[in-house]
Amino acid sequence: MENSASYKIHFINDSAVAIDFGNVIDREINAKVITLFNYLTQHPIEGMIEAIPAYSSVAIYFDIPLLRKKISSHKKVYEWIQNKLNQLMLTEFAGLQTIPDLIRIPVCYDNDFAIDLPWIAEQKSLTGEEIIHLHSSRQYHVYMLGFLPGFSYMGEVDQRIVVPRKPEPQSILAGSVGIAGKQTGIYPLNSPGGWQIIGRTPLKMFDQNKAEPCLLKAGDSVEFYSITKDEFENYQSGSA
Amino acid sequence: MSLKIIKAGVLDTIQDLGRYGFQYLGINPGGAMDRFAAQVVNMLVGNASCEAVVELHFPSSIFLFEQETMIAVGGADFSATINGEDIPLWQPVIIAKNSILQFEKWKKGARCYLAIREKLAIQKWLGSYCTNIKATTGGFNGRAFQKNDEISLKERNEYKCFLKDKDFVILPWQADIGWKETPIDRIAVVPGNEWELLTKESRKKIFRDFFVIGSLADRMGYRLQGTLIAKQNCELVSSIVSFGTIQLLPNGELIVLMADHQTAGGYPRIAYVASAHLPLLAQKQPGDKIRFRFTNQEHAEELLFLQQQHLLQLQDACKFRLEEFYNTVHGGH
Repeated sequence: MENSASYKIHFINDSAVAIDFGNVIDREINAKVITLFNYLTQHPIEGMIEAIPAYSSVAIYFDIPLLRKKISSHKKVYEWIQNKLNQLMLTEFAGLQTIPDLIRIPVCYDNDFAIDLPWIAEQKSLTGEEIIHLHSSRQYHVYMLGFLPGFSYMGEVDQRIVVPRKPEPQSILAGSVGIAGKQTGIYPLNSPGGWQIIGRTPLKMFDQNKAEPCLLKAGDSVEFYSITKDEFENYQSGSA
Repeated sequence: MSLKIIKAGVLDTIQDLGRYGFQYLGINPGGAMDRFAAQVVNMLVGNASCEAVVELHFPSSIFLFEQETMIAVGGADFSATINGEDIPLWQPVIIAKNSILQFEKWKKGARCYLAIREKLAIQKWLGSYCTNIKATTGGFNGRAFQKNDEISLKERNEYKCFLKDKDFVILPWQADIGWKETPIDRIAVVPGNEWELLTKESRKKIFRDFFVIGSLADRMGYRLQGTLIAKQNCELVSSIVSFGTIQLLPNGELIVLMADHQTAGGYPRIAYVASAHLPLLAQKQPGDKIRFRFTNQEHAEELLFLQQQHLLQLQDACKFRLEEFYNTVHGGH
């Protein structure tokens, strides 16, 4: 079986396990991760509390005391979990991939918001317009959410605008769109952060009052489109 | 009728056993740092162990109870008093209307828990009462208590026949928290996925040396003083981390992730704390010395199971004592 050679099971703590497909950022591997995550969400394993997708691994939290009660006493829960997951990985997931949702996100790349755009332009010998064009002319894949509620790790940006993280985190406003290495992402909350900021979206990436508080989820496709500062401000005051 | 904050402490928040099921959105579980203490104080007043509690740091808030209540405090010892008179840890206390609960002097530990039988009237967010300060949501307005905050209580109980004219009555039983007091100064840890990245010497050192909790130690994580060395620098893609994950920072220092950890991280996960020992760690503060001891998954699971058994026994005992107490008093009329 193709699956069996390509994953490793290890414990994150005594109540959580990772199914790990290797230390890489790779679209195909991430697609496996998301398919497995979706499968687990729809078919939770006995005793499962939640599953969480990352770049190349899926973590699963278990209710250990509950499982201890359910399985025979001579067997350790961690062994039971390992067996269960090895069985699970025999499942043929290939046909289970779903078509990703496409979410279009308006971004105002105005200098008032794009605090690091001049620096990138200088580093990369590009004009601001070229950077904006490069950033907003392709589709990104949401690999995972993490760091903050609703913070999305997306990739990959055009090679010409790959820039390193800042050496020291700065305070960043909610909605800020940044680049770090090949990744791009949006800060859902005001937070310290080290990504290079090139614009801001008027959309609320995280809204605690909504039943689905985060705009994006792992596996989504994202496109950015440029808006003017006027449109940004009208967006904030007007439309939902 | 409510619980009023007369004076705010440094960081007093509403917590429970954590918000699970939303880490896929980057929403971290949070919850009480010392989940053992949080459960026990709830049990002492007859609440479900997942009921909301107040987690207090020192200096703590001063509370005014505008109605008769039954409370219990446990965890760190901050010299709790009612109207200036000492009350014990780990014992239910019935207090009269308009009593003041105050924490006068730090004695031991880092976090004290307050449970209230009449229960805080707050809304759950995504299935949990716990406060997510970063996202300013959950708990009470998504933040720590401030002066003049008023939190309503859900229930009202009549305690006149117990109190008579007194300010408070300490009920005559105490939770047995024995396992926690045993000299297990050594925190059990299990090697993690990136354990092999450490040099042989560093692997020895982690179980031999003392580590001191550094000044950067809060609900998110504890930096430990004392360095370890990696065999090689290692770039890791972000993966899932948890309460108790021990990461090796690029400068060779260790960080133990605590209740408010991020859901994912990119530093090597060299080990993790056995979850049964997280309550011990949760009561440490900057300057405290700790030592680790090696354990494996099997023993970590056994420790967790034993702790769970102990909690279940406590729960039964608390329930029995409360029922007995009510019956005796009412029977005497």
